[in-house]
Amino acid sequence: MTTSAHTPDEMMTVAAARRLRNGAVCFVGIGLPSAACNLARITHAPDLVLIYESGTVGARPTVLPLSIGDGELAETARSVIPLPEIFTHYLQRGRVDIGFLGAAQVDRFGNLNSTVIGPYSQPTVRLPGAGGAPEIAAHAREVLVVMKQSARSFVEQLDFCTTQARPSALITDLGVFEPEATTRELSLVAVFEGVTADAVIAACGWPLRVADRLATVAPPTGEELGILRDLHARTRDAHAERVRIRLPF
Amino acid sequence: MTTAFLSLRDAMATHVHDGMTVALEGFTHLIPFAAGHELIRQQRRGLTLVRMTPDLIYDQMIGMGCATSLVFSWGGNPGVGSLHRLRDAIENQWPNAITIDEHSHAGMAVRYSAGASGLPFGILKGYTGTGLAVENRAHVMTIPCPFTGEDVTALPALTPDVTILHAQQADVAGNVLLRGIVGASREAAMAATRLVVTVEEVVEELAAPMNAFVIPSWQVHAIAEVPGGAYPSYALGFYSRDNAFYQAWDDIARTRPEFQAWMERHVLSTTDHTEFLRSVGAAE
Repeated sequence: MTTSAHTPDEMMTVAAARRLRNGAVCFVGIGLPSAACNLARITHAPDLVLIYESGTVGARPTVLPLSIGDGELAETARSVIPLPEIFTHYLQRGRVDIGFLGAAQVDRFGNLNSTVIGPYSQPTVRLPGAGGAPEIAAHAREVLVVMKQSARSFVEQLDFCTTQARPSALITDLGVFEPEATTRELSLVAVFEGVTADAVIAACGWPLRVADRLATVAPPTGEELGILRDLHARTRDAHAERVRIRLPF
Repeated sequence: MTTAFLSLRDAMATHVHDGMTVALEGFTHLIPFAAGHELIRQQRRGLTLVRMTPDLIYDQMIGMGCATSLVFSWGGNPGVGSLHRLRDAIENQWPNAITIDEHSHAGMAVRYSAGASGLPFGILKGYTGTGLAVENRAHVMTIPCPFTGEDVTALPALTPDVTILHAQQADVAGNVLLRGIVGASREAAMAATRLVVTVEEVVEELAAPMNAFVIPSWQVHAIAEVPGGAYPSYALGFYSRDNAFYQAWDDIARTRPEFQAWMERHVLSTTDHTEFLRSVGAAE
């Protein structure tokens, strides 16, 4: 099977999935993080423990949830617990290995904005807000961030700091950023096949530093791509079904 | 106290009044949509709405002018995008200005837990370095642990005048059983002065496992039997989340005229939830 025709989104998801080691306890956000975690679980990390903030511990969904609390998560979970316990007994007590986040804006240290564009009191764009992110970033042993890259979203100065994060990696649709040892500033350490460092620099709003030895991320394998596409196809079909309720009276 | 079994209309008219602080809880699952729609029909005004995730139900209530204040932690359409009516209210003060008291999920959970425990405030390790701590000083405070000196974040208790939940079952005595994802429903229920519950069905006896989430009847002020009452969210064991509707809402709510026409046709022009379900094509 040829793997040349994958999209940048697929490459980003696969690159993120590869960073999840088998057996890790992972606190999962909806969207790309959820796709990456489930791809990892179905491929190289069958014992990855997925915790969704709705209260599902050890979820093993067969289709990706649209929301963080779809029935699919509850029905496939090892246990379903009250939400406050997820944040206290699991996250705050230090029982989560990896937190997986996205956002609307990121700065050079990996801090995230998912709250507003413009001033807080009179925003030009009101975004959804914090959700679980600030405490996920504070308490998970390691934080990964996945975000599509553009100079508008990779900014010199966040409009609002929703989440003080110091991710171990920022995975974009062009490559991978990691923090430098001394400054903790994110620098480009790897690019996807066919992407140049100049293209990544052009899509970044701060003067991006590039590692001396820039790696190239291997493209998705046939297996990775096939499983990811199956997962997305099953998900699309499931989400398109309208619900009909049988009324008793 | 004896639980009153009321129609949804009477339950809302009796227990929810203009200007109250009201929490319609349920995290993605068991969201009390029918109750929210009835409050829209009864034209409640000046409410302080409390929910971790405002979801479509608060998008609708805010867009219809029920609220002047919102306490929340994540205001999006999950997996889809923005809540356009919430955005319009904050960005353009339409249909009226609303004030916001904004937190993280962990913070909201702590605030409900403090309220449910009869404490004036709750604590957590969180909010450090975030804009929330800067912009919401009235409700976020750093204090030292009196024993170790370690900094922790204090948040005031949430004690809604009324919490409204949707549940799978009540028994004829008024005990209520919730199954599946419960979010912070337990804490929101016990934090409130009054608790009103809509249920899928009323049964003779709850076949509840020993450690099940059962709210005793003497904590429940009113119950209304409303089959499908969580639609388009879901009730585990009864019906699934209508993800297709959540996706369709993005277009319906995007513009004011389309939103108003939809609300007029499906909520204001229907007399109860059964009619609403038929009107949106969600009833068999």
